[in-house]
Amino acid sequence: MTQRTRNLLLLAPAGTWFLVMLVVPLTVVLVFSFGERGAAGGYVPAFTLEQYANLPARWAAFKNTLILAPVGTVAALLIAYPLAYYLAVRANPKWKTLLLVLVIVPFWTSILIRSYAWIFLLGGRGIPALLELIGIEGVRLINTPFAVLVGIVYGYLPLMVFPIFVTLDRLDKRLLEASSDLGATRLRTFLQVTLPLSIPGIATGSLLVFILLMGEYLIPALLGGGKVFFVGNALVDLFLQSRNWAFGSAVAATLVIIMLVTVTIYMRLISKLGAQREDVSLM
Amino acid sequence: MRLYSIFVYLFLYIPIGVIAIFSFNAGRHASQFQGFSTQWYGKALNNPFVMDALQTSLTVAFFAALFASVFGTMAAVALQGIKGPVRTVFDGLIYIAVMIPGIVIGIATLIGLVTLFDLLNPAIAALWPEGVTAPKLSMGMGSLIAAHTMFTMALVVIIVRARLAGMDRSLTEASSDLYATPMGTFRQVTLPMILPGVLAGFLLSFTFSFDDFIIAFFVAGSETTLPIYVFSSIRRGVTPEINAIGTMVLAASLILLVTAQILLRRGEKKKT
Repeated sequence: MTQRTRNLLLLAPAGTWFLVMLVVPLTVVLVFSFGERGAAGGYVPAFTLEQYANLPARWAAFKNTLILAPVGTVAALLIAYPLAYYLAVRANPKWKTLLLVLVIVPFWTSILIRSYAWIFLLGGRGIPALLELIGIEGVRLINTPFAVLVGIVYGYLPLMVFPIFVTLDRLDKRLLEASSDLGATRLRTFLQVTLPLSIPGIATGSLLVFILLMGEYLIPALLGGGKVFFVGNALVDLFLQSRNWAFGSAVAATLVIIMLVTVTIYMRLISKLGAQREDVSLM
Repeated sequence: MRLYSIFVYLFLYIPIGVIAIFSFNAGRHASQFQGFSTQWYGKALNNPFVMDALQTSLTVAFFAALFASVFGTMAAVALQGIKGPVRTVFDGLIYIAVMIPGIVIGIATLIGLVTLFDLLNPAIAALWPEGVTAPKLSMGMGSLIAAHTMFTMALVVIIVRARLAGMDRSLTEASSDLYATPMGTFRQVTLPMILPGVLAGFLLSFTFSFDDFIIAFFVAGSETTLPIYVFSSIRRGVTPEINAIGTMVLAASLILLVTAQILLRRGEKKKT
């Protein structure tokens, strides 16, 4: 057996699996998106652009996603950056690894349980009840865009901290010393040295969070209470309640296309900024 | 700066802590602490729906992690020695598997498999002898395992490839120069070096599958996994029993994660 045959044999199970469980299903989605809805739900073969023409019917879901995904990404970035900076530059090296692990660990635990915790905290007997004790009454937090935003930041903060930490940690600290030796203020050093050099980390973190947010379902479902819904919620409704497979496929295909386009434009912008994308893994 | 970091850690851990504390609440009300009790753990562990869901989740997670780590490792090893279109296609597939949102993977698997089964079931029925009920393919445990394997396999390939990339190539070359068979080289040189990565991949795949809600929501058929059970109970209202289940799930993932980390670290040390 030649080496090439052996390698191909080793690839065969994974290849078959990807073919049957990834390539075929995604192709079916694309094909169905040009089809028609059956009388009892499901799919009837056809070739029509009707489903795509019908997309404005779900405009609200797309609008919410396209607003809250970027806003959530920026909010996570703003909260994550100072922490990543502290961990990489200021924290005691002895504790650095432990502190970093403490940030990442929640990400690998159930997002369902972690979002559920916020139903608990933001619900009527959680934070609003505490606020009443100090005289602030009538605050409603659960089932608002704010609650969804809190859930998003809480859920994806670790994913943002990690890549930024990695770039800041690798940054040559002598550059910072040189900058201050040359009379730059701390702020100026940060704006002209640290921040530009950490762009690859910012880019990777934002990209990861943004991609996950575009397909989010759980957080708006649990914390938005049906009032704040994403494309993901529309998809669950279309596939599991109204069983409109053709239209649902068109919505799913559109979501993926929007994602690919925004991600491509974003990567172009980042590489124009002169930064190179660094691959960082989460473990 | 330091104060700020402390606040972020509080933000990260207070919600988890609150759930854990209230899971020991003696009272029925979810939000007023009325004394210490472990009764909700007992309730949860004696609830047949919870135990069924737990068993389904554990079975699915075990087989998905097993298939993913075996086939993923095989693919990662093979990709080391392959160039050209096959490699490009594989890189593309892994990229797609990781990039496409879980919800789209779930939907695609649902309608893809239902369509496939609709095509295959009459054929199977036709092949079966007259008078005997033919088996019918449907969504359930099998589709859950298959879907989770697909996604986690991509993760395993990424993790194991990272390990292989850090491996000294001259070792495998030396081994074959010394007339070891390819299988011997793999067993005695490559495998011991990538094993921590493979085991970490297994544990991460297990955690991912065990915690996954969105893909399972679409492909579970009539099966109920633990996250699906928890999700539907949350919709019916917050109870201390969910807090107890949540605390146990979090604790279990923490144990698996710490193990995976230790394995990866140990491998890291061996390498240098």
